[in-house]
Amino acid sequence: MSQSFSSLSKQALDNWDVLHDSPWIRVSTGLMGEAAGSDDILAMLKTEIQRLGIEVNISEVGTTGLCYAEPLMDVHVPNMPRVVYGNVKPNQIGDILKQHIVGGQPIKEIALASIGGQVEGLPKFEELPMMQSQVRIALRNAGQIDPTNLGHYIAMGGFQGLDKALSMLSREETLEEVKNSGLRGRGGAAFSTGTKWSFLAGNPAATKYILCNCEEGDPGAFNDKTILETDPFTLLEGCILAGYATGASNGIVFIRHGHDSPIERTRSAIAACYEAGLLGANILGSEFSFDIEVSLVGESYVAGEETALMEAIEGKRSMPRFRPPFPAAYGVWGRPSNINNIKTLSYVPEIIRHGAEWFSSIGTEKSNGTAIACLSGDILYPGLVEVPFGVSVRQIIEDMGGGDPNGKSIKFLQTGGPLGGLLPSDQFDMKLDFDEMVSAGAMFGSGGLIVCNENRSVVDLTRTLIAFDQMESCGKCFPCRLGMSHMLEILERISGGTGHEGDMELMERVGVNMRAGSLCGHGQLGYNPVASAVRFFGSEFTDLLEGHEPKNIGSFVGPLSTRRGAQIDRNTPTSIVKPDFVSEVQPSSSEVNNKVQE
Amino acid sequence: MTITSKSSNKSDPNQSELIRVKARLALNNQKTKTITVLSSLLAVHDDLGYLPLEALEEISIFTDSSVNEVWSVGSFYPNFRFTPPATHSVEVCWGPTCHVLGAQPILQGVLKYLELDGEGDTPDGMVSLKYNTCLGVCPHAPAVSIDHRLVGHASLEVIIDRIKNLLQGMKKNSNVKQRGN
Repeated sequence: MSQSFSSLSKQALDNWDVLHDSPWIRVSTGLMGEAAGSDDILAMLKTEIQRLGIEVNISEVGTTGLCYAEPLMDVHVPNMPRVVYGNVKPNQIGDILKQHIVGGQPIKEIALASIGGQVEGLPKFEELPMMQSQVRIALRNAGQIDPTNLGHYIAMGGFQGLDKALSMLSREETLEEVKNSGLRGRGGAAFSTGTKWSFLAGNPAATKYILCNCEEGDPGAFNDKTILETDPFTLLEGCILAGYATGASNGIVFIRHGHDSPIERTRSAIAACYEAGLLGANILGSEFSFDIEVSLVGESYVAGEETALMEAIEGKRSMPRFRPPFPAAYGVWGRPSNINNIKTLSYVPEIIRHGAEWFSSIGTEKSNGTAIACLSGDILYPGLVEVPFGVSVRQIIEDMGGGDPNGKSIKFLQTGGPLGGLLPSDQFDMKLDFDEMVSAGAMFGSGGLIVCNENRSVVDLTRTLIAFDQMESCGKCFPCRLGMSHMLEILERISGGTGHEGDMELMERVGVNMRAGSLCGHGQLGYNPVASAVRFFGSEFTDLLEGHEPKNIGSFVGPLSTRRGAQIDRNTPTSIVKPDFVSEVQPSSSEVNNKVQE
Repeated sequence: MTITSKSSNKSDPNQSELIRVKARLALNNQKTKTITVLSSLLAVHDDLGYLPLEALEEISIFTDSSVNEVWSVGSFYPNFRFTPPATHSVEVCWGPTCHVLGAQPILQGVLKYLELDGEGDTPDGMVSLKYNTCLGVCPHAPAVSIDHRLVGHASLEVIIDRIKNLLQGMKKNSNVKQRGN
């Protein structure tokens, strides 16, 4: 251990102990808390504490992942196990303070669980249905530490990985460790992180960039924002380690403008790291220097694509670039760059700290570690779960998520974001595994699982997904810009019961041409939601086309024009009218099937 | 869809100069280390609440780009607006999770209540309605953001009530000035 880190560590642990000598309440704030009403809880808490004249420390933490129980209050009283209160209402605060903090008697009727010991009549936190099968690595500090307090992070074992790398491992050994751990990218492509880093490490340029993608435009996914809100330090440590392993000097954390709390918490974490000498010149007294800054982008889904992301960092329109040259040769500002998803980088500190073998022992043979799934939709316990690979989808949905809140049967999941597909309930025995899921035609993507019960219409959801995709097309490639609008137009009329014969074939033609003629995944995968819906629930489309009454499909209001100008005409039937000199890719059935499987 | 940015007030040179001063201040106080056209647009937009022509010109001077280049970036991202902001903002999420759990009735009800055909400002400039692709709080769907505060598990009744309160609060308290400044 380096000298500067041992003093940081000692100070952090001392403060951590002192903190536990008096009552300490953690309130989960941030986006999730805000939506559940944590502002009122926090305000009431402060008023009541003042009124009672007691000494209580309050920390604003991020979500624990148990979003269904927000607003959450985690009460520590010295020499007692912590007690977590869920779905707290402002009028309960006074009683909790009086009985639990002053009187030393937790109110079991409204408490959710205990942490760090047994309280009679209460389940332990880790035994809650949603927590049972979880193994937390990237989310290890979720809801446990103040995300703006570096000391808390260090007290929980933070920066030990960085200290170990800087004082004991060479750059090559650090890279080798990540490679051996089998860590694969969590952004969707599942490429080996170590291999990706080695491309950048092999580039001799003086200035190299580590880009961290936290754009997360995927509706249904909220894990990136959660990591930024609950524990931005793990990302920063991962980023610094990536810089050390690849010889990069600069890191950029790329976040969408609009949500204040993830941005503010990340910025304050960066400032704290600079102050403690964990960023900047000669980190922890070593030869290694690294800088990190936050780069913000406007609302754009395509900005999450790696080359579009680099354009946005340079302050331009977030439109994808041609590849090659690949980012490792020519990235942001023309410098060699490496882009990783925030989740990927958040695993790195623990991998270095505990070693590659520890990480590769978790999960399945080819998919090491854990997956973070975001549960939402028709589910009893929506929120975040971090589970080892190999756990079945059924386990996540039924055992941890509790199934449909009203006991209805689950019909399908929408996975992989707006360009992903559906997973029907008869496939729920599928194990979470990058390769197994791909070969079965499913996508895990960034981890959003939108649960839909028997009442939900596949056509209706598909229309929403395509409406999202067409609106978010950046407009650079016309097959995507026009094709998405065209598909939405067709889905609109099918949903309304006025579809034409041949509409499904027309969509397929549009989709195959989009795949052939688009630069990035947005257009290439644009037909995916339809292909997947047709594959598993094709009869819902054909029923409507044959004149059956639409079921569970309402009228749709939303952006029915692309922001880039292509307008949807709801009334005029369209067909592809093309000049003779334009050649068109004709779909073959095998090609479409392959596409779904990719 | 055509978007244009107008000079804030051509007949009032003082107003125009005030905007320039504010824009320059925002440009110089950016939190990011790397200054780009986009970072400048975001900073000025955060401060003024919209991007009048004077602001675009100031950004072009500050970033050493042409006004066209600044406009090219500004018009690309839908979070920028080029007319003065409405007093209150309402954003309704229509992402897939919210859609499944009932965003459409809320969206359509709010449109009807505000007498709007789609996204945009009410004619009296009191409320601007925006479709949001994902407010990021899917476990609390359906979600609505009112004056940039999130409301989870929203229902049409609650949202209409909140909007009503906003508008009535405005009438009672005529001192409340426009947001965004």
